[in-house]
Amino acid sequence: MTNDKQLGLAGTVAGLGLAIGGLAFGAFLSQRRKGGDDDAPFYTRKSTDSDNAVLGRTVTIRKPRAELYAFWRDFGNLPKFMENVETIRNEGDHRVWVIKAPAGQTVEIKTEVCEDVEGKRIAWRSVEGSDIETSGSVEFADAPGDRGTRVSLVMSYDPPAGNLGRAIAKLFQREPEVQARHDLKRFKGLMETGEIATSAHRKENTRAAKQQEKET
Amino acid sequence: MRALTWHGTHDVRVDTVDDPEIINSRDAIIEVTSTAICGSDLHLYDGVIPGVLPGDVLGHEFMGRVVETGSDSTLEKGQRVVVPFTISCGGCFHCQIQQFSACENSNPAEKQDMSAKLYGHSMAALFGYSHMTGGYSGGQAEYVRVPYSDVGPIVIPDHLDDDKVLFLSDILPTGWMAAENAEIQPDDTVAVWGCGPVGLFAIQSAIVMGASKVIAIDHYPNRLALAKQLGAEVIDFRKTNVREALMEMSGGIGVDAVIDAVGMESHGFAIDNIVDVVKQKVGMGADRASALKQAILAVRPGGRVSIPGVYGGITDKFPLGALMEKGLQIRSGQTHVQRYTKDLLEKIEDGTLDTTFLISHRLPLEDAACGYECFRTEQDSWTKVVLKPGMDMPAAN
Repeated sequence: MTNDKQLGLAGTVAGLGLAIGGLAFGAFLSQRRKGGDDDAPFYTRKSTDSDNAVLGRTVTIRKPRAELYAFWRDFGNLPKFMENVETIRNEGDHRVWVIKAPAGQTVEIKTEVCEDVEGKRIAWRSVEGSDIETSGSVEFADAPGDRGTRVSLVMSYDPPAGNLGRAIAKLFQREPEVQARHDLKRFKGLMETGEIATSAHRKENTRAAKQQEKET
Repeated sequence: MRALTWHGTHDVRVDTVDDPEIINSRDAIIEVTSTAICGSDLHLYDGVIPGVLPGDVLGHEFMGRVVETGSDSTLEKGQRVVVPFTISCGGCFHCQIQQFSACENSNPAEKQDMSAKLYGHSMAALFGYSHMTGGYSGGQAEYVRVPYSDVGPIVIPDHLDDDKVLFLSDILPTGWMAAENAEIQPDDTVAVWGCGPVGLFAIQSAIVMGASKVIAIDHYPNRLALAKQLGAEVIDFRKTNVREALMEMSGGIGVDAVIDAVGMESHGFAIDNIVDVVKQKVGMGADRASALKQAILAVRPGGRVSIPGVYGGITDKFPLGALMEKGLQIRSGQTHVQRYTKDLLEKIEDGTLDTTFLISHRLPLEDAACGYECFRTEQDSWTKVVLKPGMDMPAAN
């Protein structure tokens, strides 16, 4: 039988442990976010401490912050510029992203929004029942003068079957980093020009049309 | 429709290909009435530009009649338009500051990686000029799909013939921007290397801008004669020591500004080792590469260096010391065509600029392949080839 005093001590120790752990974790997070000694974003470091693949990319879009945030926050819009996202459907509080994978397969990722700061930042992470463990965030910051908004996308993911999986994915042009870079460029183009640039000669030759053809 | 398509080095053919159609709402379809072969098309013809695929439709200097418009196009059916060779969205940072040839959106996202790797930044899209710059079908065709038709094309009044305005699409603004980049002052002596179409237009522009003397450097007699006709003094580099001559002709000071309208033609987009191979194979290579180096040595301290000539790769033995020690300014780049079209159209209308002197040959589109071959091999007499899709009979030039 445990008396109150012991419980109190244990509680204090546990609390202290949590506090120290929390501090350490916080320091780790801020260190990662800061990227170390310099002011560069952590994902531009030559080596990251994480086992997960981390990618980040910023574009400047000549549109107001609020407009870009609102467009992104309406998740149904994302497949318009995320070429490999087939659909995003609601499932209770969660969203299920159906994403094209190599060799005609698809993966499903069930996500929850874990942070949502109006006009500034949206963060999400995968929950149980997802094929890939992933988390990400998009941040919107005013660019100087009338240059519009700086939009930064940061994603971390556990590559399927490690490096081999990434190598295969790369071969099929589904490498997440390449995807994310292109998707962000398409987002920029869609917002600034109202359309996705294509050099196709006819409608059936656009990438979107070709992808649909493959699926049916 | 009929179109000039690329099949390999020195292999271009006029084939039947699918007609283009409107895809995005800002698109327009243009029925081409005149389209020219550009010196830079010869880079594609010579196979030195990567990212060209068999079947690609070439051509980036074209004009025609609007036959179809997307719902957000500002053009109207029946209007005559000249289309800039650079494709620009009008909405990005670079378009907004009028650096149209650095448009961030026209080159589709998935095609930007190659130039981003080579140059650190991706390139804007161009018509008919490899998949590195977008892979858009070009203007040596009966019809062209023109994206962002509310931004690029300039409407031409009916009383101006095609031949007078066609070159607004590329070489006229390119020559003009070359002179503008040389920051010409009224008492300046300006030297221009290369009397091809861009060099000749740069000479004409420099004179309009008030240069007191323009000196043209080439070795083709006919091209030097054209430069002289425009009011330039000429130097045949095969016969004359160019640097010594330029010093003498500028009173021992050196020329105030130099314009390299030659470029690295035979070297194209090659990387180091390929450049070396080409250098060995092509005797002319060394001469062409030396134009810029010669220009940098010839310009006076504190002078300006303007480079409209096309370079794509890496160069060696660059006179970096002369650049620094003499305190030179260098400006270059693909032309921001949309920035100049309106002003230059006015200068054509009021007679300040004439462009028709340049055209040596007019051919039906069907004879385009022959036009490429002659333009490449007969550089002295074939100064500029204009293809006319509507022309039935071979022209007797």
